[in-house]
Amino acid sequence: MKHQITVTVNGTQYTSEVEPRLLLVHYLRDVLNLTGTHVGCDTSQCGACTVLINGEAVKSCTVLAVQADGAEITTIEGLAKDGQLHPLQEGFWEMHGLQCGFCTPGMIMTAYDLLQKNPNPSEEEIRHGLEGNLCRCTGYQNIVRAVQYASDKMRGQPVAAGND
Amino acid sequence: MAVTKLFGASIKRREDPRMITGRANYTDDVRLPGTLSLAILRSPYAHARIKRINVEKARQLPGVVAVYTGKDLADTLAPVPCAWLPPNSDLKVPEYRALAIDTVRYVGDGVAAVVAEDRYRAADALAAIEVDYEILPAVVDQEKAVAEGAPQLYADVPNNTAFVWRLSGGDVEAALAQADVVVSQRLVNHRLIPTAMETRAALAYYNPGSGELTLWCTSQNPHIHRLLLSAVTGLPETRIRVISTDVGGGFGSKLPFYAGEMIASAIAKDLGRPIKWVEDRRENFVATTHGRDHIDYVDVAAKRDGTITGIRVRSYANMGAYLSTAAPGVPTWLFGLMLSGPYTIPNVAVEVYGVLTNTTPTDAYRGAGRPEATYILERMMDLVADRLGMDPVEIRRKNFIPKDKFPYTVATTLQYDSGDYELTLNRALEIVGYDAFRKEQAEARKQGRLLGIGLSSYVEVCGLAPSQAAGAMGFQGGLWESATVRVHPSGKVSVFTGANPHGQGEETTFAQLVADELGVPIDDVEVVHGDTGRIPFGMGTYGSRSTAVGGSALVYAARKVRDKGAKIAAHLLEVSPDDIVFDQGRYYVKGAPDRVKTFQEVAGAAYLAWSMPEGVTPGLEETHFFDPINNTYPFGTHVCVVEVDPHTGQVTFRRYVAVDDVGHVINPMIVDGQVHGGIAQGLAQAVYEAAVYDENGQLLTGSLMDYAIPTASMVPTYEVDRTETPTPVNPMGLKGAGETGTIASTPAVVNAIIDALKPYGITHLDMPLTPQRIWQAIQQAQKGS
Repeated sequence: MKHQITVTVNGTQYTSEVEPRLLLVHYLRDVLNLTGTHVGCDTSQCGACTVLINGEAVKSCTVLAVQADGAEITTIEGLAKDGQLHPLQEGFWEMHGLQCGFCTPGMIMTAYDLLQKNPNPSEEEIRHGLEGNLCRCTGYQNIVRAVQYASDKMRGQPVAAGND
Repeated sequence: MAVTKLFGASIKRREDPRMITGRANYTDDVRLPGTLSLAILRSPYAHARIKRINVEKARQLPGVVAVYTGKDLADTLAPVPCAWLPPNSDLKVPEYRALAIDTVRYVGDGVAAVVAEDRYRAADALAAIEVDYEILPAVVDQEKAVAEGAPQLYADVPNNTAFVWRLSGGDVEAALAQADVVVSQRLVNHRLIPTAMETRAALAYYNPGSGELTLWCTSQNPHIHRLLLSAVTGLPETRIRVISTDVGGGFGSKLPFYAGEMIASAIAKDLGRPIKWVEDRRENFVATTHGRDHIDYVDVAAKRDGTITGIRVRSYANMGAYLSTAAPGVPTWLFGLMLSGPYTIPNVAVEVYGVLTNTTPTDAYRGAGRPEATYILERMMDLVADRLGMDPVEIRRKNFIPKDKFPYTVATTLQYDSGDYELTLNRALEIVGYDAFRKEQAEARKQGRLLGIGLSSYVEVCGLAPSQAAGAMGFQGGLWESATVRVHPSGKVSVFTGANPHGQGEETTFAQLVADELGVPIDDVEVVHGDTGRIPFGMGTYGSRSTAVGGSALVYAARKVRDKGAKIAAHLLEVSPDDIVFDQGRYYVKGAPDRVKTFQEVAGAAYLAWSMPEGVTPGLEETHFFDPINNTYPFGTHVCVVEVDPHTGQVTFRRYVAVDDVGHVINPMIVDGQVHGGIAQGLAQAVYEAAVYDENGQLLTGSLMDYAIPTASMVPTYEVDRTETPTPVNPMGLKGAGETGTIASTPAVVNAIIDALKPYGITHLDMPLTPQRIWQAIQQAQKGS
């Protein structure tokens, strides 16, 4: 039996018939073809599937699509506005905060939530705030710097020197 | 563009824009209409006979298109191949079927495959397959597997011993007999699970019209995978295209050729529909190769003054249930050759038992053999120093190969290219403030606080070469790399490389190299990789080889392009080619810089071909296959400072200093990133990660909840620095930077923790040094005293 859901994703409203067991991440990827949100584990440890639901970071492999009925969802594809990268996207690029790029969308969405709640986090707070997201490539140091860059930029502070 | 010379500049990565906006194209992101979902039923038992498989119920489920067993695919697919066959090792390669036919030999061995309309229906179908297993006794520990009476995996592999490999140089027995001291230690280099954040995936599509099979997959080396896919399916290479452009990390685990990709390909051809298979994480833990898993018995001979005169190693390497693609080469050549490290140890002997057990097959994992060798040496240096009452710094200094002795031939016959080992040691000690730390440590000890410092000086072998050596080692391939530089009529440049970066940033660094060579803006250079349909041939990315070998190949190809351009420019300017000067994308006449043709004008002229010099063909494209004359040998010293809580065994990282020498550096930002990530992985082996099996062969650490990949708060801030000692074996002096961090960090961390525990008389503990293990060791030591 299928259920009808209506969700707004990156500002566009979609109405779909879905099976009750369909995970939100598979709805985003396989129904809406928004493949920027990745699946790294499907047991909610890695955080690669993190999206914003009604403004809060949620691991979309933990949520059924039917639970998102009526929700506003932002995925990595919806973060840049009018062709302008979000300061977090800019920070990850400037500070070499990614290598293979697979964890990056989830990492950015979690950091977005973190900076909303704590616009000027300490290094320790950033590291703690990203504990639900795993990266196997970077050793995290440049991810921390990327978040610091975004924090500075979003608060109108001068940003640390990035790369050319 | 602010920088005119790009070599050495930390320019931002060109692969990033698509990755930070969610527009990268990993295998599972590729969409083809009509795609079916493939799922593989895996054995829940480590060793069992398949008595009966009933797939009828599964077949009847809605949305299920087909179900296959091992027997169904036996005629379509040849066994999974092994492609590294070390000679003179009595090697036995057991038959490894894509789906087991009558016996399963590890938890995760494939038993059946289902194809359904979507992944949910495929999962339903897996649950409906009935398999009757007759459970057989299993063995997971390699020392138990070679012991008498152990369960046997194969009738034709006695004592579960797939090979015994030996290598020696000098006379180690004499060295041990004549030594002032002999220090012996059993060291366990435990099993790790590579855990790239992207699991493996495959999308196979067979076009019956053209007869071409296209396989998108998560591969570090698509051309090798095409060759092996051709071998197992019987389709010629000309009818197979393998594409792996965006790959979410590999660390060696996407180097082997696997059953899943074979099955997807065979079924795509059988059904005439696109077939997609995506591992889930649980499956990745058991079905993708693991790494390390050595038990090493080590004896070191030394003089009283600290001079090391010999090292003898007997290793039991756990190969898992089958021999994976490159697996036999990892604990043999890649390990044994490096057992004297950066030291002048004249006598070396190593004996390696490659043991089959009822576990997931092992293969290369970041560093592949070299971390195992380095761990042995760096642990033993500390043990010998401790025995002799020497400082760990002094014993290393005493035994380093001096910088004026290069090229230096070590006991295992390798010729090291260049090095200045003491320089990195001195720099690292200076950064960390070694002498001041020792004073602080002594004070802290008086207060019952446990501070420790650990050193690791290493040399690794990278950019393996030449191909002749590959042949001598039984590697079933060459070790060269190819590059094509294609200049389009507008002067824009496409670079086709046989390397296949999957996080290492070569779309950027390779463009830097070519933009410099041709004097064109970097934005005019595209780097194409990971597609056998576009690239002549390639050996792929592993063993820190891409920049040293692949980067050099494209420098040579670009220079051929430049030279051809010079002939065309000379012709257009009506001078001799000898009178042409090339500088920053301009060909001009010597002494008359206003008589000039730009690189773009020359490119246009090459394609118009209205007026070409005698004997010069139209077009501007060159290919170069580079087979280096020797390996490269990056080196360095890492220093770790820790504090151990004596009440809980908890380790806190206080400092981590890395001084590496990877030769000349194209993009320092990217090299630093490689070092960071490598340190995190090596450090994780020392204190967090371990693959644990129970005695029945069940993987107890089979999820990200149980297998402790470090999070952001579990790793320290890395202080990285470098020295630059170029290699003479390639034109840019590049050595390779992908694995230094992993190789160096594990022993640095362990040595630091053991140093912290010195007040208890503890001289060695096996990894991972978890709080529990440390706490227990402290308790035992206190009981003992």
